[in-house]
Amino acid sequence: MSKYKVNLKINNIPVSVDEGTTILEAARELNFNIPILCNHDDLCVAGNCRVCVVEQKGARLLPAACATPVSEGMEIMTNSMKVRQARKHIVELLLSEHNADCTKCFKNGSCELQDISNEYRIGVHVFLDLVKEKDKVQDISSPSIVKDDSKCIRCQRCVRTCAQLQHVSALAVTNKGNHMRVSTFLNKPMNDVVCTNCGQCINRCPTAALTERSYVDQVFDMIYDPTKFVVVQTAPATRVAIGEEFGLEPGTRVTGKMVAALRRLGFDKVLDTDFTADLTIIEEGNELLRRLKEALVDGKDVALPMMTSCSPGWIKFQEHLYPELLDNLSTCKSPQQMFGPLAKTYYAEKVNKNPADMVVVSIMPCTAKKFEAERPEMRGSGYKDVDFVLTTRELGMMIRQAGIDFNKLENEGYDSILGESTGAAVIFGATGGVMEAALRSAYEIVTGREVPFSNLNIKPVRGMEGVKEAAIKIKDVLPEWKFLEGVELKVAIAHGLVNAKILMDRVKDGTANFHFIEIMACPSGCIGGGGQPIPTNMEIRKKRAAGIYEEDEHMTLRKSHLNPEVAEIYKSFLHEPLGHRSHDLLHTHYYPRKRH
Amino acid sequence: MENKIKKVDLIFEKVDHLAILDKSFKRTSDEIILDVIDSGLRGRGGAGFPTGLKWKFAKNEEADQKYAICNADEGEPGTFKDREILTQVPEKVLAGMALCGKAIGATEGYIYLRAEYNFLLPMLHEKMREFNQQMKERNFEFTVFVRSGSGAYVCGEETALMESMEGHRGEPRNKPPFPTQKGYLGKPTSINNVETLVFALMIGHLGPQTFKELGTFDSRGSKVFSISGDTPKAGIYELELGMSLEDFVNEFGDGDTKAVQVGGASGFCVARKHFKETLIGFEGIPTGGSMMLFNSSRSMFNILHDYLEFFEEESCGQCTPCRVGCQQLLKGIEAVKKGTKLPGYLNELQKLSDTMKIASKCGLGQSVGNPFNSIINNFREEIIY
Repeated sequence: MSKYKVNLKINNIPVSVDEGTTILEAARELNFNIPILCNHDDLCVAGNCRVCVVEQKGARLLPAACATPVSEGMEIMTNSMKVRQARKHIVELLLSEHNADCTKCFKNGSCELQDISNEYRIGVHVFLDLVKEKDKVQDISSPSIVKDDSKCIRCQRCVRTCAQLQHVSALAVTNKGNHMRVSTFLNKPMNDVVCTNCGQCINRCPTAALTERSYVDQVFDMIYDPTKFVVVQTAPATRVAIGEEFGLEPGTRVTGKMVAALRRLGFDKVLDTDFTADLTIIEEGNELLRRLKEALVDGKDVALPMMTSCSPGWIKFQEHLYPELLDNLSTCKSPQQMFGPLAKTYYAEKVNKNPADMVVVSIMPCTAKKFEAERPEMRGSGYKDVDFVLTTRELGMMIRQAGIDFNKLENEGYDSILGESTGAAVIFGATGGVMEAALRSAYEIVTGREVPFSNLNIKPVRGMEGVKEAAIKIKDVLPEWKFLEGVELKVAIAHGLVNAKILMDRVKDGTANFHFIEIMACPSGCIGGGGQPIPTNMEIRKKRAAGIYEEDEHMTLRKSHLNPEVAEIYKSFLHEPLGHRSHDLLHTHYYPRKRH
Repeated sequence: MENKIKKVDLIFEKVDHLAILDKSFKRTSDEIILDVIDSGLRGRGGAGFPTGLKWKFAKNEEADQKYAICNADEGEPGTFKDREILTQVPEKVLAGMALCGKAIGATEGYIYLRAEYNFLLPMLHEKMREFNQQMKERNFEFTVFVRSGSGAYVCGEETALMESMEGHRGEPRNKPPFPTQKGYLGKPTSINNVETLVFALMIGHLGPQTFKELGTFDSRGSKVFSISGDTPKAGIYELELGMSLEDFVNEFGDGDTKAVQVGGASGFCVARKHFKETLIGFEGIPTGGSMMLFNSSRSMFNILHDYLEFFEEESCGQCTPCRVGCQQLLKGIEAVKKGTKLPGYLNELQKLSDTMKIASKCGLGQSVGNPFNSIINNFREEIIY
């Protein structure tokens, strides 16, 4: 559809843009930078921080560039005397209610407010300090997220994130005027509310009001402790994002450099969550086939559609908001939590270590994984299965602190046992990836043939659409799967909890007749996780996804059931999928939680 | 002394509102709107937007549903005239809303009532039931509903009001789009003050000429004033617009008036030396009706302090200039008074209030500079010493 063009002038330079374009976007086309704080590509326009005000010829007020659409004949000045004075005032006002202890701050060097005040070189601060002492007390109740009200500039990005992207609204605006603040329900601690720990708010917070709970120091302590045997596992999505911490383009594949860096940091063994991702496919695939058999052959009343359980933010969402659908969740633990107990049982035995002396660290694109590791169910090995969870960002921090020149590292490979993986595991990192991996294996197990998609790429389940649906006809099955002959396997995929809600409501009212549903709590899946490098937007996430699929194509093995280490663990330890040991170590259960 | 203040009786005059409506229903929307434009009627809530134009904009929008809203969230300190209008002549307000509905093509009308006026609800419900029935009998599709506010001053701002009506936090929206384009529930909406709607009805009754003859070029007609403070004659008066403040003080002052706050807390403070040249109207100082008189026993520091405390608390808190600016102005004059900041700091604060005036998101933050600058400019020594 052709759009009307609107002609205007910005700083006396004529420009013609589509109708509906904002002044901010039009200025960007002319390469004029207008600062922003409340505006974010993923969120609706707020127009409340006002740092983007510009002067419009003939207008009494300074419009907010992010919130004002262009109009014909408009003349805009982005750096007039009025604008400069107003913008400086606004930055000074924000600083006056902000605990500006920058050199001691977790976000020092990566704070958007700091960047703007840096540009304006706010020297002698004219206004009075308004930070309240009681706001300086951080909420550290959550194992995932630290909330610091003294750093909050009330831009409401977190509020919009939690409502619009996640449909959770654990954070909302309360009170007005000087008492206005971003708060939880009744100002309860973060671990006592509906928060799913997804960390999307952290990814968008311009300051340090919301940050991850960091365990960098504890992990270093473990590494320095000679009595400890510290193994590290890395999630699929970290390897296409950690490069951003060192100035590389989003989506740059740096798996080999990351492994090398981890070894230089002093981890005793560098292993891969991708191994347990492959294992998840075997367990979860078999669980799906069993549920289908029970439903179709035995006529049992089993919970279908089955839903994936890899994303701990999604699990907690479901426990809070759809407790009646908990039986639909796969009982499989997430790959991180499958890795933990196997490391402290199977692996410990193989490498002849006492599990009591073992420390399992995971590098995750996720903040909810920190919470997941703390769940009381996650002690299948008899010990805390995963001891510490670090985000991609925290790993970047460790590498910098250790003085490792990341970009100059030579590629290295993972250690063996729990280190081998396939392309099917790496695509877990992008939305639709678990589904694709599951279909690659399940279809082949049932029919003896590869999935009927060119080069194994199941395109219909890929991409950034919020809810994706696909169907695959199962024909000419192997004799033991006769009950599936002619069945059209229907699947759906959602990413971002707001899309999960759409799908769950359809499941609840019976208008969705799927067999299998994949849900990831974060927009675009784990590549857009709450622990990934900041900033984030759709363009960045698309690049990371491209990196994930490239990684898959470069793997020799691309189907989980062909992973030789997985075959070995079944042969010598687990014996069979969904077997007794699997039940003890790899499966879990869920609890209803309150709705606020 | 010659009495220069002209008292008028258009608002509270009892009229047959149904007869006026019957007459109006026979006319076209355009005719009604043209009359209102011709009369020069401007919004009586304070901002003074031409009412006829607002109706025309709303009328020209294509939509399956439009709304007529009566803004009865009378929260400006020192204003209490809408309460009296709703109490005395509620049927005229309802009829004004129906006239607006006819003009713009709205089939639903909402009164947004200030929380503190909830005591009027039983009476309003009764009147509305009766009125809605009367509209039905006339085959005119228009139903009036009432929504109660929750006590926030900012909800008198039209877009915050609609957010509140939709069940959200009362925070002003970005403009554009304006309410006449996307208002309540995203539909074209005309939102008018209580008094404006009654004047519109009276223009429908008497024609634009009678109204136009009153007042001045920019400020046609009369206006209901809420007069309070150091005056022996506090109360509600309908007066012709365009009087000088000196005439006003001569009529209502106690003989010792040192300043008048015109337009409530968000209005301007005028000192005695400027009474003569100050005209009450859109050419001079506009008001939503509030006139507060202060005599020499009053401390202007305390008055400004009270206003700033009010704004500090009543800012919605959404935008930076208003939320933080109000706190800085309040804490700033306290610091100057205590001597922890030098008197010259007031200049910095005045510059800040200028920024608030042009960079705040809504009328609340934009108007805090009015009392601040006018009081400091006129009574600087009272703030410092």
